[in-house]
This record gives sequence, C-alpha cells and structure tokens, in this order.
Amino acid sequence: MTTTPCPECDANLSIPPGAMQNELIACPDCGAELEIISLDPFILDLAPAVEEDWGE
Amino acid sequence: MSARVALLITHLRAEEKLLLSAFEARGIRPDVILDRDLNVDLTTGPEQTAPSGLPWSAYDIVLERCVSTTRGLYMLALLENWGVLTVNRYHTAAACADKLLTSLALARASVPQPAVRVAFDADSALQALDCLGYPAVLKPVTGSWGRLLARVSDREDAETIIEHRETLGNYVYHTYYAQQYVEKPGRDIRAFVVGSRTICAIYRTSPHWITNTARGGQAFNCPVTPALDDLCQAAAAAVGGGVLAIDVLETPDGRLLVNEINHTMEFRNSSAPTGVDIAAEVAAYVLDTVRVQA
Repeated sequence: MTTTPCPECDANLSIPPGAMQNELIACPDCGAELEIISLDPFILDLAPAVEEDWGE
Repeated sequence: MSARVALLITHLRAEEKLLLSAFEARGIRPDVILDRDLNVDLTTGPEQTAPSGLPWSAYDIVLERCVSTTRGLYMLALLENWGVLTVNRYHTAAACADKLLTSLALARASVPQPAVRVAFDADSALQALDCLGYPAVLKPVTGSWGRLLARVSDREDAETIIEHRETLGNYVYHTYYAQQYVEKPGRDIRAFVVGSRTICAIYRTSPHWITNTARGGQAFNCPVTPALDDLCQAAAAAVGGGVLAIDVLETPDGRLLVNEINHTMEFRNSSAPTGVDIAAEVAAYVLDTVRVQA
C-alpha cells in the first residue's frame, strides 16, 4: 500500500521521496503535521502535539 | 573501526535524517530508538534490553537527539550511571537545559554574558528587573525556540507579566530569570562547536527581537573570527564541551556576549549558508569519541 488517507482531512497521500519511519511530514492539503508510523504498509498518524519541554 | 551506535530520538527530524546519512557514509547504521518506547528498570543495569532488542551495554555510544528535553536528560543520566558512553554527557546537557545553570557555568568560567539575575517571588522579581533597568528580558529557565520570552519595556510591563506568571503559570514560571536586554543589530549569532572546534556560525536575522530560526529568523553565513572562536570555545568548555550551539549577542559597542547554549541543536538551515556539513562533523565526532574511549 503506497497511499493512505490523511488522518486529519482524508486526503489521499503518497509516500514522499526519501521518507523514513518516524519522520514528521505536513499534509499538502490541510497542513496537519503527521508522523510516518510505518512505510510498509504506509501508515500515518497525527504528530504528537508540541510539549513544553520540547526544544533544542 | 566499526562502532555500534544508538540514536535516541523523540521523532525523526531533518537533522536526524542528515545524521543517519552521515553515519551511513562512514559505514555505520545506527539503531534508532524512540524515547516513547522506553521502559527502563532503574534497579538493574545496562544488560537490560533496549527497545532495539539489544542490551544497552552492546552500544559503543548513544547519541541523544530527543526533542523532549526531559526524556533526553533522564536517559543521559541513566546511561551515564550505567557507564554507557553518550553524546552529549549528562552534566553538559543539564547545564545547557537550564538557563540559570548555564549562566552559573559561564560566570564561573568568566565567559562574558548579559547581566542576569534570578528571583523567586513577585516583589523580588520586580526588584531584579529594576536592578537591570528597562528594557529587560524575562525567560523561563527551561524551554526553547523562543517560547514565553518576554521583553519587558518598563515597570508596568513587568508588573503585568509577573502577575500573569504568578496567576497562570505553574511553579516553573515562578522562577524569574531576568536578563539585560541587549540592543542587537537585527541579528544574533549561532555558532556550532563540535569537540574542540567552532566549525561554523550563522547570523540569524529578523525584524523581530526574537531571532530563532524556529520563529522565522533567516540564516546567513557568519565568519568564525578568532574572537568568536575564543568565546565559543570558552563557553563550550564552561558547560563541559561536546556538540553544542552557542547563541551569541553583539552589543552596540562591539562586544560579544553568550546568550544561551543548546545541547541538541537544530542545524537544517545552517549547512547550506556556511558550506559546512554539520551532520558529518557530528558523526565524525561521535565516532572519534568512541575511538578515544576504546
């Protein structure tokens, strides 16, 4: 399965070139931040919300 | 030499993808370990199994790149306690993760920084800001990406911000880290220190007083002058060294002051303007660290 629906807006999304598991991507349709849970099968989930201790 | 490397992350950002590629170019494929998968027995040691399926003791080194500062710090403490080699070291990360501790480390090493005070009560926070003069900056002692920074223009601002913090903030925000506001020339400097070298630096320009690239600041190459190099080396040494991003402010009279130090720096926007492959430098440093320890 190389396409999967955006969990936010249901747009049909393909695996971006060079994508890796656990990478964050933005839905090109709705802009939601998504996490690639798995590449094969291609599974997306909403990225975790930014927490107060996140940073660099 | 082939090293077994673990990359500890919250999720995979552009930086971690670049790091994985850099290790791969050196024939190393790190095991990626997600901090959300950790379930650690604190009463035993590094022979317990990591989420990768290997015991932690099998790793020559763990590169900590968590977005979650809390998780990263605790894991560094734990791994170091077990004798597992890490980048960065716990005491370095702990000093950088807390602005108060960073300031103390810089002061102890006589590294120039903006005037800074701490207070723990609304009235004493006002006094601290009065001592610094206005404008001043109030920052949470922890946090990143310019979150919840406040430029305090005058005493009325101070009273308002402090009242908000007292009423709305949790106890973390009742530690008032107050810093002199430095009138910078529309930019600050971020310098990247890897081991004993300042490998490159960028200017972060923005019409806003907060110049973080996470907040829209633009990155341009900044030459690493001897003065900048000396300052960054001193700052890095003050917190224990490693892989660090030193944020530097330029004063109107041309002095350089260390503002903050970051221990899990982002650098996706910095390699292109500087022409320095930062991920490759970090990967090389990690593998060198293993070699030195071997």
